Amino acid sequence: MDGHDLYLLVAVLGLVVLSVVCRSAFFLSDREWAMPSWLQAGLRHAPMAALAAVVLPEVLLQQGQWPTHLADARFVAAPLAALWAWWRKDMMGTIILGMAIFLPLKAWWG
Amino acid sequence: MPHGLTAAKPRLWLDNGRVTSSTETADHCDARPELAPRFASLDWSALWRHPERAQGTREMVRVMPGLMAWALVTGMVMAKSGLPTWVAALMAVSVFAASAQLSAVPLLLAGAPLWVIWLTAACVNLRFTIFSAQMRKHMVALPLRWRLLAGYLTADVPYVLTVQRHGDAPPAGPDNLAPLAYFLGGVVVNWTGWSLSALAGVWFAAWIPASWGLGFAGALALLALLVNLSKDGRTFAAAVVAGAAATALFGLPYKLYIVAAVAVGVVVGLTLDGWSRARQEGDL
Repeated sequence: MDGHDLYLLVAVLGLVVLSVVCRSAFFLSDREWAMPSWLQAGLRHAPMAALAAVVLPEVLLQQGQWPTHLADARFVAAPLAALWAWWRKDMMGTIILGMAIFLPLKAWWG
Repeated sequence: MPHGLTAAKPRLWLDNGRVTSSTETADHCDARPELAPRFASLDWSALWRHPERAQGTREMVRVMPGLMAWALVTGMVMAKSGLPTWVAALMAVSVFAASAQLSAVPLLLAGAPLWVIWLTAACVNLRFTIFSAQMRKHMVALPLRWRLLAGYLTADVPYVLTVQRHGDAPPAGPDNLAPLAYFLGGVVVNWTGWSLSALAGVWFAAWIPASWGLGFAGALALLALLVNLSKDGRTFAAAVVAGAAATALFGLPYKLYIVAAVAVGVVVGLTLDGWSRARQEGDL
């Protein structure tokens, strides 16, 4: 193992430690602590906000930029899949329908 | 809806045969922050046999096809990035954070100083720190080593599912295993599925063209969760504004757009809650 391998190994192990520490930061200590009630009420909206923050840029942006053309398979597949998810409450169906619309359109439009 | 997602639960919790509504517990907690009894030791078999463990597994399994497509693409991207295959494979099964490891790849290739790589990952992981504040209630009774393991396993979807189902429940403890059992049932599936799929992505990168756009399945899975798990119109509206904010702020460094968007969503949600309360009081 040369120096470069060691650098990569240490870097990756550090990333693992960070996955642990960042995700348990508020429960590393078990000392008594109560979240302010307004924050508790506000954070009830956090899970859906986080999902939307991950999904919407993924669907709307083209290579991280504002869309320049509307012939984008995602712009058709995502709303139809969302409607299906809402109507049928069906995860597998949503993924299958969404991909069934997305893949051919993407092949066609490029 | 036999094969569908579980929609928002009525906020009633059957706890040791005693039915409490979430408003009651919330008031109770506000008045006297009470420490749940700690675990002296963890009874894994009781946790595993708990009906909520099976429930957590079932709900996670429904999301896995989308998440595994995402993991596959993450593995492919890392394998094709120019990193040695052993590094891509090691990251696939150990780091367990797609956005952090993808942000680290160009820095590793450039030979950036370790502190730059780690600081970047810490910023990218910042949203999980917010999540940990909400998970604390159910985790704090565990011994430290299990708290650390639970933290490691708290990826986006396990967090979302656990908080949606058990966020209003009384804190987990030796007398209330349900939230931890549900979490355990989900994370076992999520970690295994994600890691194996990411590893497969590393291995089969040469055979799977990136142009297929398989990663879109991951976006579809999260979209389905978003549509079906929003507890009310206000949460959904706050999420849409948060998504718009994320799109507008996408250019922020270190993927901070996610944290900024969550903050926007929380503020919008609180404002809408306030309006809705004011209108109800006005109606009375």
